[in-house]
Amino acid sequence: MAGLRKRRARRQRVLRWIVVTVLAVLFVLPLFAMLEFTTRGPGDSLSWETWRVFFDWPALGEAYPILWTGMKASFWLVLLSVALTLVLLVPTVVWVRLRLPRIRRLVEFISLLPLTVPAIVLVVGLAPVYAWVVYFVGGSSWTLMFAYTILALPFAYRAIDAGLSAIDVRTLSEAARSLGSSWATVMWRVVLPNIRSAVLSAAFLTVALVLGEFTIASLLNRDNIQVAINQLGKSSAQMSVAVSLAALVLAFVLLFLLSFAGRRRHRERKTS
Amino acid sequence: MTAPTTGTIDQVKAPTTTGVRCGRRRRWLHRDLLGVLPFFVFVTIFLFIPTLVVVIGAFAGDDGRPTLENISALSDGYIVDAFVRSITLSAVTAIIGAVIGALVGYAVVTAGPDSLVRRLVTSACGVLAQFGGVTLAFAFIATIGLSGFVTVFLHDSLGIDIFAGGVWLFDLPGLVLVYTYFQIPLMVIVFLPALDGIRPQWREATESLGGSTWYYWRHVAGPLLAPAFLGSTLLLFANAFSAYATAAALVSQGSPIVPLQIRSALTSEVLLGRENLGKAMALGMVVVVALVMWLYGLLQRRTTRWLD
Repeated sequence: MAGLRKRRARRQRVLRWIVVTVLAVLFVLPLFAMLEFTTRGPGDSLSWETWRVFFDWPALGEAYPILWTGMKASFWLVLLSVALTLVLLVPTVVWVRLRLPRIRRLVEFISLLPLTVPAIVLVVGLAPVYAWVVYFVGGSSWTLMFAYTILALPFAYRAIDAGLSAIDVRTLSEAARSLGSSWATVMWRVVLPNIRSAVLSAAFLTVALVLGEFTIASLLNRDNIQVAINQLGKSSAQMSVAVSLAALVLAFVLLFLLSFAGRRRHRERKTS
Repeated sequence: MTAPTTGTIDQVKAPTTTGVRCGRRRRWLHRDLLGVLPFFVFVTIFLFIPTLVVVIGAFAGDDGRPTLENISALSDGYIVDAFVRSITLSAVTAIIGAVIGALVGYAVVTAGPDSLVRRLVTSACGVLAQFGGVTLAFAFIATIGLSGFVTVFLHDSLGIDIFAGGVWLFDLPGLVLVYTYFQIPLMVIVFLPALDGIRPQWREATESLGGSTWYYWRHVAGPLLAPAFLGSTLLLFANAFSAYATAAALVSQGSPIVPLQIRSALTSEVLLGRENLGKAMALGMVVVVALVMWLYGLLQRRTTRWLD
């Protein structure tokens, strides 16, 4: 029996290394190809010119104004969308758990609904809504944060809901309330610190989503980094591939860090 | 799909108007509901109203009067073709993605939940599955585009011209390849929880009763994983069916799939006044995705019975 298990473990290890190696090659090949593509100089020479411009931000802004506007817009969109998603979702989900358990399923259903409405469909319906948004607050790119909050809803909801399931919100809040704290204090100083890693992972997922979003921005004629990459692809392919590569690497680092945040939550649950 | 949702919202809001009159308990309920008001207002404006715009618009003519013209226009040859191509593309990439992704998932899960391999693989998968879009299209242009790294390498060193039969990258075959690149990672992500639910004791029980590895997969793990596998495949289908960015950045000519048809209905000025046709196609997409997600929900319930 023990011999059998050892043999199986060895077989699984071999399979694992084969699969992981093949996967790594398939994952790294496009990244390497992108690097090679962006370092092609005149003739067959190697040139780091594209990357030198990429890291020289004033020059980048001058040479590629679209890219610069797109990056700025995406930067603000990330901050605003994360803020709006968390401000809207965290108090609602906590409040529903504490005071309105009867509509919990409804809130869950609504939060997961954007999974059934593709972004390309949402943008068709959003066009008239955004006509009103433009009328009230203007047409700049940051208004996309409303649409992005809707897109982030399912992922953020799942993360926060999982975090809340791991703690006893009701007991914690009752304890705090009976000691005389207000609801705001309960939220800010009791619940939030306890679901910090869940909030963090919701924020990370929203960041990744906003950085990668193209459909809505492009069809509502707003600027963001993806729209800029796509437009740049027509005029200067090297720079657009360079930005794509940087974005992919950035997203990978972001998600890798997130995997540690997620694990810590597991361990906390085990020890509690 | 929208109708029942708005219906339930009305029911939720109902106590707000009557609550003041009916005793203490009611009043508390009414005050509690204020706490979720911002959420409901927000989703009404930016989720329900857009959905309603699509649904109503699909049944309205250019003058705003109700008509079935847009819906019957869905049976036009080029729209049917677009739907068929979209569904084929989604189905093919979903099946390829599901099979390979499940294998990768199994290989990763044998490494243990906290291993570095698993972290690296899931992070890489997360990037490819969720971040993809335009960047992935450009990655492929740099890799196997006309002057891409692999294309040039194969041509110069091995004398193979991968585009000998025409430049397929910017058409449907190219979409299959690029879509597979985000379908496999998505499968890994959504199938891992099910694989985590498989307990080693089940295998040991099979073995102590004399079952072979084949017997274990055929009669124990296979049937247990089947609903999760099918569910994940459906999710992959919905994912590919809704995808827009990759195709928009990659396809250079024409609108072979439905999302691109919707784009041309939205942006083209040649077909002025056919904007509502785009809404009809959008409604068609919602119907397909909703159907798939409903089936997914059913399978999901079967999965959690065992593999929780």
